[in-house]
Amino acid sequence: MAIYLKGKGNISPQQTWGDASLLDQPKPAAGNRLACVEPDYTQYMDVRQLRRMSRILKMGVAAGSMALKEANITVPDGIITGTSYGCLEDTGIFLGKMIENKEYALNPTPFIQSTHNTIGSQIALLLQCQGYNQTYTQGAFSFEHALLDALTLLADEPNQALLVGAADEITNTSHTVQQRFGIFKDEHNTLETVNGEGVAYFVLSGEKGPSDVVAITAVTTLYNADEATLSAGIVRFLKDAGINASDIDLLLLGTSGNAAHDAFAETIATTHFANSTQAHFKHLSGEYPTASAFAVWLAARILETKAVPQNIVVKNSGRPVKRVLVYNPYFTKYHSLILLEAC
Amino acid sequence: MKGSVHVAGIGVISAIGSSASATLAAFREQESGIGHITHFDSVHKNVLPVGEVKLPNEALCDILWQGAHVTRTALLGIHAAREAVKSSGVDVKRWRTGLISATTVGGMDKTEHFFIDYLNNPNAGKLRNVVNHECGKSTEIIADDLGVKGFISTINTACSSSVNAIALGSRLIKHGLLDVVIAGGSDALSKFTLNGFNSLMILDQQPCRPFDASRSGLNLGEGAGFVVLVSDEVRQAEGVASRVLVNGYANTNDAYHQTASSPEGRGSFGAMQKALAMSGLLPQDIDYINLHGTGTLNNDLSEGTAVARLYGEKYPRMSSTKAFTGHTLGASGGIEAVFSVLALQHQCVFPNLRFETPIPEVGLVPQRTFEENVSVKHVMSNSFGFGGNCSSIIFSRN
Repeated sequence: MAIYLKGKGNISPQQTWGDASLLDQPKPAAGNRLACVEPDYTQYMDVRQLRRMSRILKMGVAAGSMALKEANITVPDGIITGTSYGCLEDTGIFLGKMIENKEYALNPTPFIQSTHNTIGSQIALLLQCQGYNQTYTQGAFSFEHALLDALTLLADEPNQALLVGAADEITNTSHTVQQRFGIFKDEHNTLETVNGEGVAYFVLSGEKGPSDVVAITAVTTLYNADEATLSAGIVRFLKDAGINASDIDLLLLGTSGNAAHDAFAETIATTHFANSTQAHFKHLSGEYPTASAFAVWLAARILETKAVPQNIVVKNSGRPVKRVLVYNPYFTKYHSLILLEAC
Repeated sequence: MKGSVHVAGIGVISAIGSSASATLAAFREQESGIGHITHFDSVHKNVLPVGEVKLPNEALCDILWQGAHVTRTALLGIHAAREAVKSSGVDVKRWRTGLISATTVGGMDKTEHFFIDYLNNPNAGKLRNVVNHECGKSTEIIADDLGVKGFISTINTACSSSVNAIALGSRLIKHGLLDVVIAGGSDALSKFTLNGFNSLMILDQQPCRPFDASRSGLNLGEGAGFVVLVSDEVRQAEGVASRVLVNGYANTNDAYHQTASSPEGRGSFGAMQKALAMSGLLPQDIDYINLHGTGTLNNDLSEGTAVARLYGEKYPRMSSTKAFTGHTLGASGGIEAVFSVLALQHQCVFPNLRFETPIPEVGLVPQRTFEENVSVKHVMSNSFGFGGNCSSIIFSRN
């Protein structure tokens, strides 16, 4: 089973959209937080619509538009979104007002726009897309399950084109609260992990077009797996995809800068993928539950341009890159694998 | 895509009962679960009626052997999911088993408490009250309780979420990716949703009257409903006696307005039509429709119009069960899936409580009484949500 990439849009903490040379000069984090490089939204929606939208909705609509434009498609057959946190800004606003105003005289708009499906439904509304519309919200598996949904839907109806993506935002509140869990670098610890955010959408279809060069061929998620289960899971995943670990040219590893957590993933990388080029990406995207969508964008870029940006390489095997495996561990409990191939 | 997807077990907890059998008894007695708020404080406490699950958190924690930090959404989910697995008789650890749940509020009941302290001081508020905030966390807690490790997922398409969870579970079984899926949803009442719906001015201060001309809003409810879906192979190997299967489902988007449905109900019409097409059934084959029927002016008119367009004058027995349970949001599709299966198993249909006068624009008269000994072979259940998300699912008896 393969689904083909027709277009992509990625708003991330790096310059990942527009005509500029992408990723040439990585943008560093401000302290322990990476914030998205946002486009001028007036090219994607009118000012009246913009005024009502929160930042994650704007990023979602814009990234979706970028992907559709690259795919040369006006309205997709369906929209599938993964988001762990949903629309945090509006959730926080409504919750705050509810407490401050003691439940009186509340503006419904932030409540309406607080549900996780607002991102996908806002895109559907603007495009008048009445097709399939789905939102996954399983933490670090949210984007992977959007992909799995697309893989199975397109297996049944290959001629459809689906807009598939992921969105997660940082708000001042979420950053303050998450910092208190001690998961990002600060003066009290030795972590290198920085908080990240991003919105990426992809147009995917089961039918290969003449100009398509990237296919997504498999995805899996492994929950709460110990090292042995994870190892077995990786072997089975590759076997089901009809390949061996030695067939992976590039391993995109979601290590986050937390030495204790990363050791686990690095052992897997060394054990299974000793002959592959190894690269990482969370110094560019930051750590957040749907960062694997950033990695898929990066993998697709690499397959399209046939070049691996030097600032991501950890170990270079010198192999030409035709197969990329994204292995994304998230806080040791969540592991996902996404396989991309040149086609 | 191959084989059938069978419903091997069901579990439910809502304002009208903590099990499938208690639920059926409440329907038979026409006993509504709508009443005053008792489990949390709110300025709306004696003003806005709700459909509360009668068990408070302490009792749920006690029955389920769970800690006090577990969110109500997770507790309700564990309660219903355990019943579903038990009633299926399937050894879920023997197979490639998944849990696909749906929720809209997740751990909001605890986050609300955290936020009160946090707003005063960003270093205040107990972190254990916010650690399970994410929707996916409630699913993890349920999965850990059931011992499900293979595949866990959560869907939030507002009030249509659970139907999409059951549809995804069915698809993953049909594609041979999983053997058993526990699918449904769970949502607890929270101050956040109560105030959210109140700010939209769509909550009725009286017990709600779905599909009635005098309807003036919905009552919020809470609960959880899960079905255990199994492949042909599992059904045979485990000796599952169930005769109910998932026959068709569809997901569309109304793409009309962020909260309101289109007047012609284009999204709901499309969902029903596509679900029928997938099942290979004609509209007339459906014996009972469990309507979304929230009781708001907009939903019931839009859904009623779509049903009238699909059926014309001759429509099947239908009812909204939300006058019993309240609108349980992300859980409603799971809870009403259980009701649909009960209708097929017990050859009965449920009353649309408090109905008196048809909506003049559509003229539909729903089922008024609990009726047994009727032939129910195919049931369609509708669930629609904010963001234009519309889903319909068809269960059949073979």
